[in-house]
Amino acid sequence: MKERLRRSIQAVSALLLNGYWSFPLSRTIYQGNLKMLCSPGLNCYSCPAATTACPLGAIQNLMATLRPSWEAARYHVGLYVLGWLGMIGGMVGRMPCGWVCPFGLLQDLLYKVPGRKVRLPDILSYGPYFFLAFGIFAAPALIIDEFGYGATWFCKLVCPAGTLEAGLPLLALQPALRAMVGYLFWIKLGILALFIACSILASRFFCRTTCPLGAIYSFFNHVSLFRLRYNPEKCTHCERCHHDCPMGIKVYESPNDRRCIRCLVCLRESCEFGAISYELGDLSSREDRGVARRG
Amino acid sequence: MKKAPYAVILFFALLCLLGVAVGEVPEVLQKATKVCLQCMGIG
Repeated sequence: MKERLRRSIQAVSALLLNGYWSFPLSRTIYQGNLKMLCSPGLNCYSCPAATTACPLGAIQNLMATLRPSWEAARYHVGLYVLGWLGMIGGMVGRMPCGWVCPFGLLQDLLYKVPGRKVRLPDILSYGPYFFLAFGIFAAPALIIDEFGYGATWFCKLVCPAGTLEAGLPLLALQPALRAMVGYLFWIKLGILALFIACSILASRFFCRTTCPLGAIYSFFNHVSLFRLRYNPEKCTHCERCHHDCPMGIKVYESPNDRRCIRCLVCLRESCEFGAISYELGDLSSREDRGVARRG
Repeated sequence: MKKAPYAVILFFALLCLLGVAVGEVPEVLQKATKVCLQCMGIG
């Protein structure tokens, strides 16, 4: 019941962020003013149905044109996008990953496919920071052509959302693009297949190992307005929260871990003893208020 | 009352407004309304 609520919100979010449903008629992407807004989750803006801009694509584009921008005294360094992401992060931390991101929803659904499941080593959780630093900021800004322009390297070489949401649909809608398909497309298709396979084997594989947007939000988990609270007096160390956590977190050790996507499975579904609750500023959840009254 | 979250939100709100003031929004819009061949793995 409780997980159904989150699933419903994820689905509604995916439909709203991809709400341009007349794309089969227009045979191209949405070009309206809503694309001034950045999606809070990972959603390629070249998806024919996408109604908003991808924040990672926007940052990369701004980094790729950094030198010409500065030479023209425009100083576009991504403050608008980073400010937007920072406001969201400051309010709820990495919660968009758990409740809003369409690619997160896809991974949740893929993990439901029956079969062998594997645990990921913790070292892989640093992958998103590597892709953030190099794929989103450094490479677009530093690997430039003779005119001073860079490229959206993360989009170009890695992002499976672009291949799935933009590449495949647009190739179907615009036959003229098919003649331009080269080895890079097939490599990206292979990368997409790899992420899909790994998402069946391990929960939230892309989020845990690669997603630069999750990396950005993760910086805010310890300072956000919305936070989880852990009560050690109520904890029986049954480890059910750890077992059920899609990000593999030991909630009793690190309730506001940087990897936490605030899906709330631990407190809504796993813990039967009320050891985990949440707070929003100075307001706390019902379980915690009960403790405060008794305390 | 915890002040850190509010300070963080305010700081990034100001960053966002600064980005709007220097004209980043039209640039974001312009890029987002063009088909990204690189995202598709073509360009």
